[in-house]
Amino acid sequence: MKSVWTALGAGGLFGAGLVLSGMARPAKVIAFLDVGRQWDPSLAFVMAGAIAVHMVLFRVILRRRSPLYDVTFHLPTRKDIDLRLVAGAALFGVGWGLGGYCPGPALVSIGAGTLPALVFVATMAAGMWLHSHLFTARDPSTRDQSRDVPLHAPPAGPPDSGAP
Amino acid sequence: MNHFTPVSALLGGALIGLATSLFLLTHGKVAGISGIFGGLLSRPVNDGPVRLAFVAGLLLAGLAAHFVAPGQLAVPPPSRSLGVLAIAGLLVGFGTRLGNGCTSGHGVCGLSRLSARSLVATMTFMATGALAVALFGGVE
Repeated sequence: MKSVWTALGAGGLFGAGLVLSGMARPAKVIAFLDVGRQWDPSLAFVMAGAIAVHMVLFRVILRRRSPLYDVTFHLPTRKDIDLRLVAGAALFGVGWGLGGYCPGPALVSIGAGTLPALVFVATMAAGMWLHSHLFTARDPSTRDQSRDVPLHAPPAGPPDSGAP
Repeated sequence: MNHFTPVSALLGGALIGLATSLFLLTHGKVAGISGIFGGLLSRPVNDGPVRLAFVAGLLLAGLAAHFVAPGQLAVPPPSRSLGVLAIAGLLVGFGTRLGNGCTSGHGVCGLSRLSARSLVATMTFMATGALAVALFGGVE
């Protein structure tokens, strides 16, 4: 299956980018968030570099009718700003500042054999499981919305390329 | 301790943008790590092999970096004990699923698509992240 190999390659490239950028050094992440004291603004450049590249390629790629290994693109279509979005992002931010890890760098660090990252990822998985247990299990109507990688695009909707 | 490293940050970011674009071109999906990883924990698992392969790529990148660029990897500072990391992980796991994304899904993919939801999410987690560091303490 070719698609598995490209996913492996994309993950590897993503991980290499995280390592090069400094995101796999929790102290650097914490210093980025430490605006009032010893602020290290480097990590703003990570986001700037990633967005600069993806913003252009995203538009080029979406000119295609479909991706290489699927019949259609599956992009988020929601536009509503609700309490779950804000509360979830707020909780995530607190955890990011406390631990110095977001999900990608934590997984990369496990690959490098960093024990504290393993503890972080174990409870991160528990938190994700708790969410799916509390919300999606009892409320099947929200199942597809609860993913940021929607797996079933709406039947007739074009890709969400016309965002403002 | 922490030096300003705009060039490596920018280049690393560009690689992340390329990886995100490659995933979109091949699989047609947002390369949001919390979504890719979290999808392995909800039932039923859709696209399990693709999710596992992407996560395996992240782990292999870490393994390679351990030998090639060990200076780019570090354990968290002493103020972040295992207990603190355990709480942090729980918040990150639950929060990213509740808010539909993390630094990659909202911060890179969403902002590149000029999504208002992702802009709100990114501003929110940046603000509460800074608040958490201000209250709990920085690196020292």
